[in-house]
Amino acid sequence: MSGEKVIMVDGLTKRFGAFTAVDAISFEVNKGEIFGFLGANGAGKTTAMRMLCGLSMPTSGKARVAGYDVYQENEKIKRNIGYMSQKFSLYEDLTVKENIRFYAGIYGKSDHFIKEKTAVILKQLFLEKEANKLVGSLPPGWKQKLAFSVAIFHEPQIVFLDEPTGGVDPVTRREFWKMIYEAAEAGITVFVTTHYMDEAEYCSRVCIMVDGRIDALDTPQALKKSFNTASMDDVFIKLARKAVRTGD
Amino acid sequence: MRTLRFLLQKEFRQIFRDPSILRVIFIMPVFQLLILPWAADYEVKNIQLSVVDHDHSNYSRRLIGKITSSGYFKLEDYNNSYPNALYDIEKDKADLILEIPAFFEKNLVNQNESTLFMAINAINGVKANLGGAYLGSIIQDYNREIRLKWIQFPRFSPETTIEIESSNWYNPQMNYKYFMVPGILVILVTLVGSFLASLNIVKEKEIGTIEQINVTPVKKYQFILGKLIPFWILGLTILSIGLLIARLAYGIIPSGSFLTIYVFAAVYLLAVLGLGLLISTYTSTQQQAMLISFFLMMIFILLGGLYTSIDSMPVWAQWITKFNPVTYFIEVMRMVILKGSGLGDIKRHLLIVLGFAVFLNGWAVVSYRKRA
Repeated sequence: MSGEKVIMVDGLTKRFGAFTAVDAISFEVNKGEIFGFLGANGAGKTTAMRMLCGLSMPTSGKARVAGYDVYQENEKIKRNIGYMSQKFSLYEDLTVKENIRFYAGIYGKSDHFIKEKTAVILKQLFLEKEANKLVGSLPPGWKQKLAFSVAIFHEPQIVFLDEPTGGVDPVTRREFWKMIYEAAEAGITVFVTTHYMDEAEYCSRVCIMVDGRIDALDTPQALKKSFNTASMDDVFIKLARKAVRTGD
Repeated sequence: MRTLRFLLQKEFRQIFRDPSILRVIFIMPVFQLLILPWAADYEVKNIQLSVVDHDHSNYSRRLIGKITSSGYFKLEDYNNSYPNALYDIEKDKADLILEIPAFFEKNLVNQNESTLFMAINAINGVKANLGGAYLGSIIQDYNREIRLKWIQFPRFSPETTIEIESSNWYNPQMNYKYFMVPGILVILVTLVGSFLASLNIVKEKEIGTIEQINVTPVKKYQFILGKLIPFWILGLTILSIGLLIARLAYGIIPSGSFLTIYVFAAVYLLAVLGLGLLISTYTSTQQQAMLISFFLMMIFILLGGLYTSIDSMPVWAQWITKFNPVTYFIEVMRMVILKGSGLGDIKRHLLIVLGFAVFLNGWAVVSYRKRA
C-alpha cells in the first residue's frame, strides 16, 4: 500500500432531527484499497457514503475526499469520484451506448476518448452485440456490471458502491468482484457497502458500523483473529447483536 | 455548453422514445381541440318545455307555435293541469313550465291584458336563466305582433319605445368557437409546459437517476436548462399544432400577427415551466406531482376566465385571477386572435407574465438542491 490517504474522515456526524444516523465516525482509506463498509440495515452506511459523495450535508465533523473538503469543495470532489447507488441508475430507455456516452459526456470527456473507451468496455462486458439495445432489455446482472463500468468510465480516483450486488445471482456477483479487483489494480480506490459477509473477505480492510458508529475496523484476517471466529459472518453477528436500532 | 448538449440530447431521445409522451403531446391536443369547443358552447338549446294550456284558444296555440318554432325549445309535454307539469319538472323531464290561464284570449281581447305564468327549474342555473330570458323575449315579441295587428292605423305609435340595435365587434356572429378554441389551446400549452415537465423531473427522482446526476459535476443551472428547454420547445410545438387545427377545423385565422402570439407564448412557457420545476422540487413521487397538478389545473381553468367571465366574478375572486398566469394568456390569445392586438397592446400582460417567470424559476432554482 502506498500509504497515500484518499479519504480522511474525522468525527463525521449526520443528524436528522433528534435521530443521529451517523455518530462521529472516523477512519482513513488508502489509495488503491478496497474498503468494505459493513452494517445491518439502518446502521448508517448509506448516509455516511452519501456525505462523502457530496449528496448529503454533514451535521458536523471533518472529511476530505480525494484531497478536497466535503463542505467547501464538494463540486471538485464530484469530478474525482464515481458513484453507484443501491437503485439501478442507468436510463432504461436509452441504449447501452447512449448511456455510456451520456454519463461520459457530462463528466466532460472528449468524443475521441468516449468512442475508444466505449469499444473497450463493450468488449470486456461482451456487450458488443447489445450496444444498440435499450438498457431496460438487458438481464439484471448485465445491467449491474454495465452500471459499474459507467461509474468508473471517467477514470475517477475513488468509486463508491452502495450495495452493488444486491439481488444479483452468485455467478454474476463473482464476476462483479472480478471487475472491482481490476478497477483497484488500475489504481481506483473502491469504497463498497455490502450485506454479504463472503464479500467482506474480498476487501483489503473492512469497517463494521453498528447504530451509526464504527465498532470495528481492520483487515478481515485481523478481525477474525481478534473476535476469535472462523468467518466474517460470525464477526458480524457478534457485533450486530449489540445493535439497538432495528432495520429500516 | 457541451454538458448541456449531452443533457438535451438525452432528454429528446427519451421523449421521442416514450410512446405515452408522444400521445400526450400530439394526439391529445388534436382530439381535445376537435371535441371540446363543440361541447363548451354557451348557447342553450333543447330547453324542455312543458305547457299547461287552460285556454285552448287560437291565441294560445299561436303562442305555443311561436315558441317551439324558435328552435330553442322542445315541447316536451302538453298538460292540462299544473300539478302534472310540475311532476315533469320533478322527474327532470321539463326545464320550464308555461301556464296559459283560462280565458287568456278573451281577457286579451276584451280587457287588453292577460297574464301568463312561468315556472323554471333552477337546478341548472345557466339553462334556467337563459331559458327564462328567451321565453320572456319570445312572449314580448308575440305581444308586439298582436298589438300591431290591433292598432289599425298605426301612423304614430301612441307609446314611445326605444329600439336597441346592437352590433357585435370582433366576433360579429358571436361564434363561441372563436372564443373557446384559443382558451382551450392555452390550457393545453399550460398542461404540457408545467405538468409534463414536473412529471419528467420527478420520474428521475423515483428511478434514482437524479441522484446519479447529482454526483456528477453537472451544475444546477445546466440540469435545469436541460429539463426546461425540451419542454419549452414542446410547448411551442403544441401551440403550433393547435393554431393549425384552429385554422383547419374552425377557420380561425388570427387577426393579429403570429409573432405576437409566439413572443407571448415563449415568455408564458417560461413561467409555467418554472411552476413545473417548483412542483418537482417539492414532491418526490409522480403521484404527488399529479395530485398537486390536478388541483392547480382546476383553479387555473375555473379562475382563468376560460368558461366564465372574470368581470362577473366577485372582487376577491378577481384578485385571485390576477395571480393566475393562465388568465393572462387566455386574454392575450383572445385579444390577438379576435381583435388583432399587437405587442404594444399586450405589453402589460407580457411584463406580468415575465414577472411570474422570474419569480417561479427563481424560487425553483433556490429550492432545488443537489445536496440534501
